[in-house]
Amino acid sequence: MTRTDACRTSSPQKSGGGKLRSAFTKSSIALLLAGTYVLAQATGTPPARPDIYAPLAKAPKKAVTRHNPLETDPDAVLAGGKLFDEHCAECHGEMADGGKKGPSLRAPEVQQATPGALFWLLTNGVVRRGMPVWSKLPEPQRWQLVRYIKSLTPAAGPESAKPAAPLDSVPRQDRAGSAPGVSGAPHRAPGKTMNP
Amino acid sequence: MILSAIKTALLRTPARAVQLAVGLILACFALPAHAQESPYIVTYDHYLEEPGNLEVEYFSTFGTQRAGNDFHAFWMEFEYGATAWWTTEFYLDGQTTFNDSTLFTGFRWENRFRLLQSEHLINPVLYVEYEQTNGADKSLKEVEGHDVEADYAVPNAIARQDHDHEIESKLLLSGNFHGWNIAENTIATKNVTGGNPWEFGYAVGTSRPLALKASAQKCNFCRQNFIAGIEMYGGLGDRYRFGLHDTSHYLAPVVAWNLPSDWTIRLSPGFGLNDNSHRFLLRWGLSHEFEGFGSLIGHLFGGRQ
Repeated sequence: MTRTDACRTSSPQKSGGGKLRSAFTKSSIALLLAGTYVLAQATGTPPARPDIYAPLAKAPKKAVTRHNPLETDPDAVLAGGKLFDEHCAECHGEMADGGKKGPSLRAPEVQQATPGALFWLLTNGVVRRGMPVWSKLPEPQRWQLVRYIKSLTPAAGPESAKPAAPLDSVPRQDRAGSAPGVSGAPHRAPGKTMNP
Repeated sequence: MILSAIKTALLRTPARAVQLAVGLILACFALPAHAQESPYIVTYDHYLEEPGNLEVEYFSTFGTQRAGNDFHAFWMEFEYGATAWWTTEFYLDGQTTFNDSTLFTGFRWENRFRLLQSEHLINPVLYVEYEQTNGADKSLKEVEGHDVEADYAVPNAIARQDHDHEIESKLLLSGNFHGWNIAENTIATKNVTGGNPWEFGYAVGTSRPLALKASAQKCNFCRQNFIAGIEMYGGLGDRYRFGLHDTSHYLAPVVAWNLPSDWTIRLSPGFGLNDNSHRFLLRWGLSHEFEGFGSLIGHLFGGRQ
């Protein structure tokens, strides 16, 4: 693209292509809006597949056996909880018991997974199912998130795999410990892990 | 027709129009997302927008101009995460040339596709963009072909008469190593309105957060909120004259401040590396990310709850 081309005014493309360009512009905008609408509908569908946790089982053995280097860090759970609120709560729910797009992280499949497997899943995402890769968070922050997830009170039974009820219908102060399948433990207790 | 009916209704009831506008603004700000944005202005890494999120960005570039007037170019960017592997963006560009004029210079529609499902040492992303700009565009979103500083000295009244319809493709390669991100972009552009050859360009960058661990408290000035790095970008000539000569190159330190209040501020002073380059470019940007924008739009149109 050379701007000195501007001196060559009244090119044939310019005079003949006005309507075409206008039509292209309009159709591009229409396509963009239509795509947004269609995809918005698609992303609003709650996940109800029974194999929603299957990707965890795909973690390589080397990843599964990795230890969390922040296992003894007293601030890791609190920092992980902050990161969870910022990056994960939108999909997995404020209580991590399932949201509009993401499954419960209190489910036995998650709580029984090794820290290494959770770290592997965070790093690689499940792109085909809408879970982005989170390697943009530095490695220590991903381990902090793993500490937080493992500190959650596990939910009992398969109910936990279902998406949670819309949180809008529950007052915020009543949510802690009162969501379906969640025990009465506090949402986040600094330094207190509740590993199974 | 529907739009004109809405417009008429709003004009008849200005109070409701104000209420609607305030409601929409509040709805937007009620859905914040914490940004963890890269500091690059020109270079792309391999991270896409989270699905259903909309990021609204404003960018500014002040550039010095020898044998002409300095300029201030600006663009608005609307970045939407269509899926976890596809991000689409729409840009509106404009510029002010001092002692000349201010004008809208065109739009761009960009799409990025993640090619591999999981994280690798090097992660490729395919970038495809259509842009319809005029010759007065000075956004310097990338440098390609034989772009040189003298091209930007043409007065707006003349430059705007030239219209570009470009298809731009990029291969974005990026990976993370011990907290550092390293990204490389190869650019190939074709102006479809004339017999112009394919033009090429490059951008490389590296960056790192000032701290890798998150603090337990929310804070504005925590080191992990700052990401600093450097990027370099320039042209690679065209199909007939490929190489680093007869084009411009820039080196630019970059820094991003990811605020807990969901805003990201970017700053980048850039320096021309040869006589074909602008001596100095000062770029800054402000962005805000809205979570669940797709679902919100879906509900407005009666989508599934």
